[in-house]
Amino acid sequence: MPEILKIEHLSKHFGANEVLKDINFQVRPGDVTSIIGASGSGKSTLLRCINLLESATSGKIFFHGQNILSDHVNEAKYRAKVGMVFQSFNLFNNHTVISNCMVGQIKVLKKSKEEAYQSALFYLDKVGMTSHINAKPHQLSGGQKQRVAIARALAMQPEILLFDEPTSALDPEMVGEVLDVMKALAKEGTTMLVVTHEMAFARDVSNHVVYMFDGKIEEEGEPKALFSSPKSPQLREFLSRFTGDAGNQGG
Amino acid sequence: MSISEMNFFQRMLYILQEYSGSLAKGAATTMVIAIVCTAFGCVIGFAVGIVQTLEPKKKDNLAYRIILRLAKVLLTAYVELFRGTPMMLQAAFIYYGASQVFGLNLGMWEAAILIVSINTGAYMAETVRGGILSVDIGQTEGAKAIGMNHFQTMLSVILPQALRNIMPQIGNNLIINIKDTCVLSIIGTVELFFTFKSISGALYTYFEAATVILIIYFILTFVSSRILLAWENRMDGPVNFDLATTDTLAYTSGMMNFPRKPKRRT
Repeated sequence: MPEILKIEHLSKHFGANEVLKDINFQVRPGDVTSIIGASGSGKSTLLRCINLLESATSGKIFFHGQNILSDHVNEAKYRAKVGMVFQSFNLFNNHTVISNCMVGQIKVLKKSKEEAYQSALFYLDKVGMTSHINAKPHQLSGGQKQRVAIARALAMQPEILLFDEPTSALDPEMVGEVLDVMKALAKEGTTMLVVTHEMAFARDVSNHVVYMFDGKIEEEGEPKALFSSPKSPQLREFLSRFTGDAGNQGG
Repeated sequence: MSISEMNFFQRMLYILQEYSGSLAKGAATTMVIAIVCTAFGCVIGFAVGIVQTLEPKKKDNLAYRIILRLAKVLLTAYVELFRGTPMMLQAAFIYYGASQVFGLNLGMWEAAILIVSINTGAYMAETVRGGILSVDIGQTEGAKAIGMNHFQTMLSVILPQALRNIMPQIGNNLIINIKDTCVLSIIGTVELFFTFKSISGALYTYFEAATVILIIYFILTFVSSRILLAWENRMDGPVNFDLATTDTLAYTSGMMNFPRKPKRRT
């Protein structure tokens, strides 16, 4: 199957600081790819480069074979096809829950209000938030906010969904509800690229895991193989800190 | 009883009775100028503030970057010049300059509204810039991530929040404008302060006339500030939201059976 997203020799500098070094990997339709690694290893920067929130220093990002880093690509049109869920939710504070899920459909996809409303309800139902459609973001809990943010991204019917540490800002008891939604999406065949610290999710839900260390892809592969017999000493060391979570329990 | 035999309160009453018409007209003029000019000033301020927060990217072509840079320099000059000089002199400069240099005789209203709007705009530009900067960068990223362009992001997400954040400052500007229209008396605008000058000139009762008009100014500003406060509270919406929505289809998963349900994603 041809890949949706293909990244070639991507690198990113912040001044003299090289945050991403020669990144290469690809995502095929239906893939659930988890990117793991310690804080500061460049995971989030990689995701933000893919969504053009950061501009890569060099390299290529192909979306359906087209290099989106070339000059004549309409950023907004590309972003509409690539959904993103943020660590800090980033729901529009001046819109209600339903309106958060409608505004993009109306403004960007030029759907009618009625159509946008029905589709917003559909996706809010998917994440179990239909009872709060008139609430403003500040009236919701963290987990609820993140579920609405997922519905907002889904409502744009993206071809791939990027998650930037979606559960890292949540209280422990709310992590589950968001992960459940993500698991359900993965089951339905949504193409997802997930930066996460949830090792259980990476191991059990994704079909491809990328381990990043110091701005490089240190190791990647099938989650089972990667978690049970890590090749690089860095990954072994990294995973040993999570063994309580992932390595031994419920394995 | 002649005015010289009256005491302080009788004179104030006398002024109110004799000049009620011109006082009301002066107050109305003041309010109209203040409100209209605050509104125009906001529009100018938003326009300038938006341009000032545009950041050219490497990808943009050279012509666009040069125009943007030039526009920013001009707008900064506008803001600095009008903030940095007294409005009373600006009024004289523009009003007499227009007729002497361009042969343009501005009417009372045009002149007043032009001068106060431009002046308010200069202050509002900085306020709006601050308001836009006060909105979390995540809001912009959230909007960009669903494919909105800069204009859509600004209009649907950033500016409504910026507007809410700068409401106190807009109120401030309105109140300042209500009082500062008095400098327009230099070009003969018949507003409340001009009324004061005519009354005190006719009756030689400076103290009483000043007292009456001070009170009127205070009522105008106080009522305005209360109304603005109520408006701000309305913008914030109710503290408690109606959890049970008005849409009965949205209560439960029952909506899935709704006949016009959207197509499932493939």
